Amino acid sequence: MTITSQIRGNITRTYVFMAGFVAFVVFAAYVMGNALGYGNSWMAIAVLFSVISSFVSYYYGADMVLAMSGARPADRKRDFDLFTVTENLALAAGIPKPKLYVIEDTAMNAFATGRDPEHAVVCATTGLVDRLERRELEGVIAHELSHIKNFDTRLMAVVAVLAGTVAFLADMFMRSLWWGGHRDRDRNDNLGGLLLIVGVILAVLSPIVATLIQLAVSRRREFLADASGAYLTRYPEGLARALEKLHKDKEVLEAATNATAHLYVTNPFKGKNFGAWFSGLFDTHPPIKERIRTLRAM
Amino acid sequence: MNMLYVVGGAILLLAVYIWSLYNGLVALKTQIEEAWSQIDVQLKRRADLIPNLVQTVKGYAKHEKTIMDSVTRARASMLSAKSLDAKAKASDALSGALGKLLAIAENYPQLKANDSFIQLQKELSDTEDKVAYSRQYFNSSVLEFNTKIRTFPNTLVNEILGFPEKEFFGATAEERKAVKVNFE
Repeated sequence: MTITSQIRGNITRTYVFMAGFVAFVVFAAYVMGNALGYGNSWMAIAVLFSVISSFVSYYYGADMVLAMSGARPADRKRDFDLFTVTENLALAAGIPKPKLYVIEDTAMNAFATGRDPEHAVVCATTGLVDRLERRELEGVIAHELSHIKNFDTRLMAVVAVLAGTVAFLADMFMRSLWWGGHRDRDRNDNLGGLLLIVGVILAVLSPIVATLIQLAVSRRREFLADASGAYLTRYPEGLARALEKLHKDKEVLEAATNATAHLYVTNPFKGKNFGAWFSGLFDTHPPIKERIRTLRAM
Repeated sequence: MNMLYVVGGAILLLAVYIWSLYNGLVALKTQIEEAWSQIDVQLKRRADLIPNLVQTVKGYAKHEKTIMDSVTRARASMLSAKSLDAKAKASDALSGALGKLLAIAENYPQLKANDSFIQLQKELSDTEDKVAYSRQYFNSSVLEFNTKIRTFPNTLVNEILGFPEKEFFGATAEERKAVKVNFE
């Protein structure tokens, strides 16, 4: 797949995902609403809610992700290497320089977000900036800029917020089930019972499904971003060495949450909070060793 | 009647093809011009940093006159260069001379410890990177443009449109790595 077709694919996939999300929420709300006996009023609220959160995630996804990570804007003097390296690689990629932020955290990581290159944000931890050499930092930033240029960040920002919304809706359903919010209790026929069961299943499944989509979306992209990043710096060894350092770094990034994990250059949790039996399915990133091997073979 | 539709459709398709090719080429041309002005900005930025650097080095290493003169000369010839090719060559020569100038700092511990020298060194090596990267973007845009007008069937249409091939800025990307000076 060429880069241009990858970009087009990402843009379409974003819209398809948003539409699919709205459809899923409406369906889930219909089932849950009927199961609880609220009828279609639930569905109306859900439609409104999902459409609004789709728009919000599209336009404000980057800001929300940034707010969640508690970053400060980068300064040319204070963060000279980070600042200039980003400037330079934006030149090489032919995109405007993204807004730059720094997370004060000794763990080493970086992420990119934003709906298009004009509204992009790159964020790095002080641990990363302090411990990498300039050429290694170039590798990491080039990887992040590739995410921006390939429109991965748009898709990922939208997915981050929407997956969060699904989890929130499911949570609401489970709560209202707990409090027994039945309005017309007399409609306790077979259909109501069936709908209740389906509702519970959906409520349990939907956050998992949302998470899986989120992960599937991000894993494939990492290899592509590695490759196009190496194309920018013409020096794959830089990123390979940076990844080695990141791999050795066992610290967990406190600022990362489940919703933002897939945005980072390497998995911020270091596989700590997922059980081993589904680690393959629930990894946001391909194994670092494999990525290093691929980079060294370029 | 059917024949008419076929012929009309074919003409329409051809028109759409030429139209999109023309627009694509114009867009690429603009991109190349933009990339070129970016290189120019960076070359100027580097030229502006040099007098300061030479002044600072003079304060600590008066005897290195030959190297300083060669930097000053390379700077002057880069500023006066007109053609793309001459500019690229002069820019490479300047990179080489600068590399030597910065290397002699190793022999002068006081110079090496000087704050403004350290600052200039950082700025210069960053500007070298900027020159290299804007050049890379320029050359890859030129490559894209030239490939587009050289491949079939675009090349036939370009006989009419008449876009000339674009010139690369000096060495190709692979050669660039060889001449690139690493100050670190």
